[in-house]
Amino acid sequence: MSEAAIEVHALEKRFGKVTAVAGIDFTVATGSIVALLGGNGAGKTTTLSMLLGLLLPSAGTIHVLGEDMLRHRHRVLPRMNFSSPYVDLPHRLTVRQNLRVYASLYGMDRIPQRIGDLAAELDIATFLDRPVGQLSAGQKTRVALAKSLINQPDLLLLDEPTASLDPDTADWVRTLLERYRARRNATILLASHNMGEVERLADDVLMLRGGKIVDQGAPAALVEKYGRNSMEEVFLDIARKQGLAAEEAA
Amino acid sequence: MTTAGDLRRSNPTFSLRRIGTLVLRYWYVLRGSWPRLVDLAYWPTLQMIVWGFMTQFLATQTNYVAQAFGVLLSAALLWDVLFRGQIALSISFLEDIWSRNLGHLFVSPLRPIEMLAALMTMSLIRTLIGVVPASLLAIAFFGFSVYSLGLTLVGFFFALIMFGWAIGLMVCGLVLRHGMGAESLAWASMVAIMPLCAVYYPVDVLPVWLQYVAWAIPPAHVFEGMRAVLVHGTVRGDLLAWAFALDAVFLALGAATFLYCFHGARERGRLLQSGE
Repeated sequence: MSEAAIEVHALEKRFGKVTAVAGIDFTVATGSIVALLGGNGAGKTTTLSMLLGLLLPSAGTIHVLGEDMLRHRHRVLPRMNFSSPYVDLPHRLTVRQNLRVYASLYGMDRIPQRIGDLAAELDIATFLDRPVGQLSAGQKTRVALAKSLINQPDLLLLDEPTASLDPDTADWVRTLLERYRARRNATILLASHNMGEVERLADDVLMLRGGKIVDQGAPAALVEKYGRNSMEEVFLDIARKQGLAAEEAA
Repeated sequence: MTTAGDLRRSNPTFSLRRIGTLVLRYWYVLRGSWPRLVDLAYWPTLQMIVWGFMTQFLATQTNYVAQAFGVLLSAALLWDVLFRGQIALSISFLEDIWSRNLGHLFVSPLRPIEMLAALMTMSLIRTLIGVVPASLLAIAFFGFSVYSLGLTLVGFFFALIMFGWAIGLMVCGLVLRHGMGAESLAWASMVAIMPLCAVYYPVDVLPVWLQYVAWAIPPAHVFEGMRAVLVHGTVRGDLLAWAFALDAVFLALGAATFLYCFHGARERGRLLQSGE
């Protein structure tokens, strides 16, 4: 069995009287791709934020790559990265300037070569010297991915990685993520609303509702367990509080 | 396999490289907009011109100004060091919030204390860009050189900009904690303190109880020290020493406020939501 890249125990986050994450436990094996699924407000982004250390939990423990994130966050940050539509890169800086800054912050050597490699891999070479603010949504998403891969992370956290991409580009990004995982034995945790993406990429799925994990398993196993034809139907079952409980009651 | 030693080497507790990188990033932002570069020098220059003409007028009317022609001009230029130093630090930080970039910065190995060091460095650069041209124009227009203050000018400059940093750090902390509603503090805070700084008048003009408050902040010591040099030709080392001692206290308070608010922002999830 693989060593766990992420171990979360009794993780809880309250904002005043609102409980965003209600005592969840899960582990993510090294080299796996795991998807966090749930409707709006289910607690996906809150969970990712806590894993990144951007948000302090109200209770519970988080171990990432063997380190306690609450006590030794800075030991592990050089080995992880993330991308999210809620966070931007400065619009007036060019793509190359942004990548140079983050490569340096992550302590990378041979930065021009690293940027060149990423530019080729993500097909962003033609607009490396354009300001980020002048790019299309799809180009910005690819640049955000380039930034998230700049330090060749062992752990990649992605919040809706293919949001605002056309189907062709989205498929291309998924292939890239699969290749990256295979090449580096990297661990990827992604939050997504795209069920096709989850079925294709994820080894395991964590289903969130109301801040709790209501089910988990491999996509195919969940589809079978719920007696549905796709993850989309499973998602709708769970999001609408039907699922197994309703069927058992019937 | 990455070892613990590799990690310590790649992520030291305080990294000059990361500070330099962040300064470079702020420089990219500034360099990319010529109106912003012009704006840095515009206000100090305008202020210098107004006070230059005012000084010329007053010199014919009052014995005090006639004796020390440069008092008002020096005060105007040094006030800009204080004001621009604080604004420059706050604006650099606000640009990160406006561009919704804080989340990326704080999941990188960058530490908050390194960000503070970068903000102070950038404030120094922006202040010099703003104030140096105005001081050179004062020589060309009015034949007055603030550099006649000699080495004490260096002391006055750093005593003032350090206080500007302290107030700027507090403002940034409050913006982190309370959101963009606190943004106006970046412009209002230093103006609110101005009456206590005794920029254009001696501290003893203030009511007695307010004099105690004025002496508790560094600028009053600096501007009194400046008048001592220009009016009496005396370098008051004691005033400069008080200014730096108080700067140390205020900078510690500013950094503590920022770090406390940063912790609060991590509790409330504001690092990811900033700019919204």
